Amino acid sequence: MINAPILPILIPLVSAVLLLFLPKHIQAQRLISAAASLATVVSAAVVLNKVKTDGIQTIDMGSWPAPFGITLVSDMLSILLVLTSSFITLCVVLYSFRSIGSGRETFYYYPIVQFLLVGVNGSFTTGDIFNLFVFFEIMLMSSYVLIVIGGTRVQLRESIKYILVNVISSALFVIAVGFLYSVTGSLNMAHISVRLADIGDEPIVTVLALLFLVVFGLKGGIFPLYFWLPGSYAAPPAPVLALFGALLTKVGVYAILRTYTLFFYHDQAFTHDILALLALLTMVAGSIGALAYKDVKQILIYNIIIAVGVLLFGIALMTEDAIAGTLFYLIHDMIIKAALFMLGGIMIWITGTSKMDKMGGLIRQYPALGWTFLTASFALAGIPPLSGFIGKLLIVQAGFEAGEYVGAIIVLLSSLAVLYSMVNLFMDVFWKKPKLPQVYAKKQTLSMFVPAAALVVLSVLYGVGTEAVYPYVMKAVEALIHPEIYIDAVLKE
Amino acid sequence: MEILMCIVAGLLFAAAVYLMLSKSLLRIIIGTGLLSHGTHLMLLTMGGLKGGAVPVLGEHASLYTDPIPQALILTAIVISFGVTAVFLVIAYRAYQELGTDNMEQMRGMETDD
Amino acid sequence: MKTNDVIFQTVAKVVFFMIIFFAVHLFFAGHYYPGGGFVGGLLTSGALVLLLLAFDMKTVQRGFPVDFKWLIGIGLLFSIGTAAGSLLFNVPFFTHAYNYFQLPLFGKTSLHTAMLFDLGVYLVVIGVTMTIIQTIGESE
Repeated sequence: MINAPILPILIPLVSAVLLLFLPKHIQAQRLISAAASLATVVSAAVVLNKVKTDGIQTIDMGSWPAPFGITLVSDMLSILLVLTSSFITLCVVLYSFRSIGSGRETFYYYPIVQFLLVGVNGSFTTGDIFNLFVFFEIMLMSSYVLIVIGGTRVQLRESIKYILVNVISSALFVIAVGFLYSVTGSLNMAHISVRLADIGDEPIVTVLALLFLVVFGLKGGIFPLYFWLPGSYAAPPAPVLALFGALLTKVGVYAILRTYTLFFYHDQAFTHDILALLALLTMVAGSIGALAYKDVKQILIYNIIIAVGVLLFGIALMTEDAIAGTLFYLIHDMIIKAALFMLGGIMIWITGTSKMDKMGGLIRQYPALGWTFLTASFALAGIPPLSGFIGKLLIVQAGFEAGEYVGAIIVLLSSLAVLYSMVNLFMDVFWKKPKLPQVYAKKQTLSMFVPAAALVVLSVLYGVGTEAVYPYVMKAVEALIHPEIYIDAVLKE
Repeated sequence: MEILMCIVAGLLFAAAVYLMLSKSLLRIIIGTGLLSHGTHLMLLTMGGLKGGAVPVLGEHASLYTDPIPQALILTAIVISFGVTAVFLVIAYRAYQELGTDNMEQMRGMETDD
Repeated sequence: MKTNDVIFQTVAKVVFFMIIFFAVHLFFAGHYYPGGGFVGGLLTSGALVLLLLAFDMKTVQRGFPVDFKWLIGIGLLFSIGTAAGSLLFNVPFFTHAYNYFQLPLFGKTSLHTAMLFDLGVYLVVIGVTMTIIQTIGESE
């Protein structure tokens, strides 16, 4: 079966199209989208196994040989991220059954989620820079609909800003691809890497590197370019927010990771220094936001920005340890962010508000929710043996080894900020006495809690079972540190 | 010729930026349209504008036109068509719901509760 | 305000068919000559929009009793199905098959599976364009 790597893209696509025909049959919608998400996870696992045993898998679409046609490349990095995204989508779909509301369910919510997964998995898998743009657009187009679906006033207002920012960044993306094409004469990412290596460190290559950094930084939310993120992400309901927080910004980070290890590794003194500086500023800005707000959604959203900073710092260091740490942390962050947003969604659903001042004392009625949330918070901050620990440890270690003392210390301090903001959130929502002596009506939260808890359990397992994940991640790191492996697999030389 | 095209693309960008900085929502959408036109023109220029034969098998000519930028532009046009359409629909809904198309009045971070 | 648009309506009825035929011509010209599913679809929806302008939503819906959202789905199924056909033959995704056939009336004709893909694109374009225009037009 030479077409295996396309299955995680094809299954959500076909199921999304089928769902388009049944907008009013909610039960059928739920059943099909859950089954399709499960099938996507299984197919991703199969491909993962294949990549593990046989090495990097490629498909030359339409039988056009590699540098000329579009190539899909499943290397270890791609397929690990595809598997994680598919699993998160499965959990979010299960979570949505109860929380999203029938108005959205009958208005094409489930098909759009599947289309989003098509875009995300496609972006991770493609080996063609223009095709990456196309999958980005599929993903963004779905996110435009998801952010506005339901049509409340705040959603409409924020969606306009969100679309405008993304339209501009897409235009910049096309321009960057155009420049890259005029410099290298190719669109295949492996081929571009070869051509850029021949060119060496011409100034235009550095310009391209920064142009791509702006494009992906706008999507990923790095320092000066994250201004749109807190407002836009606060608008949609919790399941959509979980998808956005876990997947969308991470696709931007993945794109930076891919381009900065495959294309722009020649002039590291300049490009990677800028990256490191921006990473640190991102962490500081995110920390300030996370500490300043008294709102469940805003605190979690600013924690996304901190995580993006940590990941970028790992990429900027570019040593084997740092990249390994980045990968560990990337997968951890996708899982734990989805879990936290889902748990936060339950809290908002119970109390009917996202303001921390108006909450309190939830631990009495919802002890399981409280302790799960605390575990997830500790994992986010990187307390051993939970999942965030190993990634941060590797990144900080690599930072000290590379002599980037300031950066490594800021990473550590940002963890402290994360811990403080999350514990603060926990104390306010669960521990302290409610200001008004109100008792929340006991609500049935089990069907929302189970998918969220499944993600937390996965994250704990990921932390405890690091040994088992280690060979997979190291295989991905090997291909990132040595681009020749990727290039040889694609161009079949 | 390439220089001229670059200048035209630059003018389009300038107009797009001007329109996108205005307060009216409709002007902003027209601005994004101009932005994508400028982008497509840029992409075409990047592929080189030299006149050559059609790059088809069996046509023997000394100079061929590069077909890739044109294929890319076609894709980009389709995508920007879709995005503009979605943008228009959402802007129209927002205008109905919020009762204004003035971006000044759409500021703020406050939530609905 | 009641406008008198007899001339417009009469002309639209005739021009509609001219545009449709040109759209079909463009659709079949695709692959070797300028044309194809996207342009054909846009032109067809242009013709439909002309009818919408000349008459109104209800009349057009009576003439074309299809849900345009279904067209999107059917078109996507055509396109994905054509591309996924390659899964059955274990060749890379999107690989298309073609051959030359001796047809009556047309003579030697080349037939492609890419045409089926294009048919899907054609339907999707009509579906999307008409859905958008209906959404904006409905509330008036």
